[in-house]
Amino acid sequence: MYDIILDFTGNEILSMFISAALPLFMFILPFALVAVLAERKVSAFMQDRLGPTRVGPKGLLQTVADILKLFQKEDIVASNADKKLFNLAPILVFAGSFAVFAAIPFSGAYIGTFADVGIFFVVAISSLVVAGILMAGWASNNKYSLLGAVRSAAQIISYEIPTALVILSLVMLAGTLNLYELTEMQTEYFWNWYIFGGPATGIQKILLIPFMIVGFIILYISTLAEVNRTPFDIPEAESELVAGYHTEYSGMKFAIFFLAEYANMFAVSAIVATLFFGGFQSPFGYLGDLFGVEWLIPIEQFGWFTVKGLFFVFVQMWLRWTLPRLRVDQLMTMCWKYMIPYAFVNLIIIGIISLI
Amino acid sequence: MLTEFGKIFVFILLAVFFVLIAFFLAKLIRPSRPTREKLETYECGENPEGSPWVRFNLRFYVVALIFIIFDVEVVLLFPWALSYQDYGIYGFLVGIIFLLVLGLGMAYEWRKGDLEWARPKQIPPKLKKIKEELTEAVME
Repeated sequence: MYDIILDFTGNEILSMFISAALPLFMFILPFALVAVLAERKVSAFMQDRLGPTRVGPKGLLQTVADILKLFQKEDIVASNADKKLFNLAPILVFAGSFAVFAAIPFSGAYIGTFADVGIFFVVAISSLVVAGILMAGWASNNKYSLLGAVRSAAQIISYEIPTALVILSLVMLAGTLNLYELTEMQTEYFWNWYIFGGPATGIQKILLIPFMIVGFIILYISTLAEVNRTPFDIPEAESELVAGYHTEYSGMKFAIFFLAEYANMFAVSAIVATLFFGGFQSPFGYLGDLFGVEWLIPIEQFGWFTVKGLFFVFVQMWLRWTLPRLRVDQLMTMCWKYMIPYAFVNLIIIGIISLI
Repeated sequence: MLTEFGKIFVFILLAVFFVLIAFFLAKLIRPSRPTREKLETYECGENPEGSPWVRFNLRFYVVALIFIIFDVEVVLLFPWALSYQDYGIYGFLVGIIFLLVLGLGMAYEWRKGDLEWARPKQIPPKLKKIKEELTEAVME
């Protein structure tokens, strides 16, 4: 995509800015619009309510109205707050969650960067969000914010370890960090996806399947914790901490936090889909191949990627209305005493199988 | 010449610009009528009580320390995971020994109770028996 724009404009920096703007304006913003509404509609459906119905046909324009409202809201910065850090925090949080999309392949024709570090970069840059959250909590000068931020930071960094260990076991199998190459390995049919043992053959593939499923479950649970979703939403536990680290934020700054949260939700879902479920690859052949239409394939791939990503986002919403919130000590026990040892053992077993 | 990492930098820059532009646009149309009550720290409508920097559980600090050890380990293991298959079984063993040493450290932390969120209370030795013996001795 970048090359096409480069041919068109002839300026590297400008064409990269356009290329980077594509996922932001064509994907993340529409996704956030749809997902906020979907979240409310899904929750309404699960609780036997109707959800928003007033704005637009069947309440479809509710989120647009919400955003317009947030634009007009007064921006209140408490006189006790540390103003510089308070204003810097939403920028940092959003930058951290948007930069993740640079390494995720959206389709065969679009990936932000081909840098070889790929998934390692994703793990690293998503930690920037922790710094932003701590900054927000500390600068607000509010008890709820501080406690929410500290809890959130402890949770995100703890669950980063099982995530990294599962990713490591996949890297051992694939031998590459680049997500584009990783996706290309899972091409053609769905039994080439890593959840079904990847491109390995014979006995190795059959042995891998149970451990890949365990790895997928660990990765999904820990990414759920990394984006602070229920059942791991103790940083924002409404009944005890009001709104956690963004209690003091209002207007546009609050909207940016919200947008970053939804961007993160999709980012982790996309990473799960890319690592285990073939990313943008179709589970069976492409229509474009069938009819010999070359340009149809990237569009189909983008469609598959969106479907897979949205499916995992939907599962996140589903879990939110199914499971109760964990306590802080249960959360830490779950991570340190169950997920990390399991991920460790899983890593070693996958290593042994890869040597067969 | 824009390198692959330069492209990542463009992504980060774009995110920063996007947020700044959104802030600027909101500034143009939003009202600004601060009052003393509005600017006060939010505490459910009550007057803020005491310092906002409350003392929080020391466990958070311990978690951060353990995390650093594990995160550094992960950074070391990524290059190993990429290349161990070139060296066959020996390459694998090198990594496993490293992992086992790390697991030993984790077992030690677990045994010491550092992974417990609420630390188990130290049970002091029972003094009752000693007391009885002492009183008996005094009586004699």
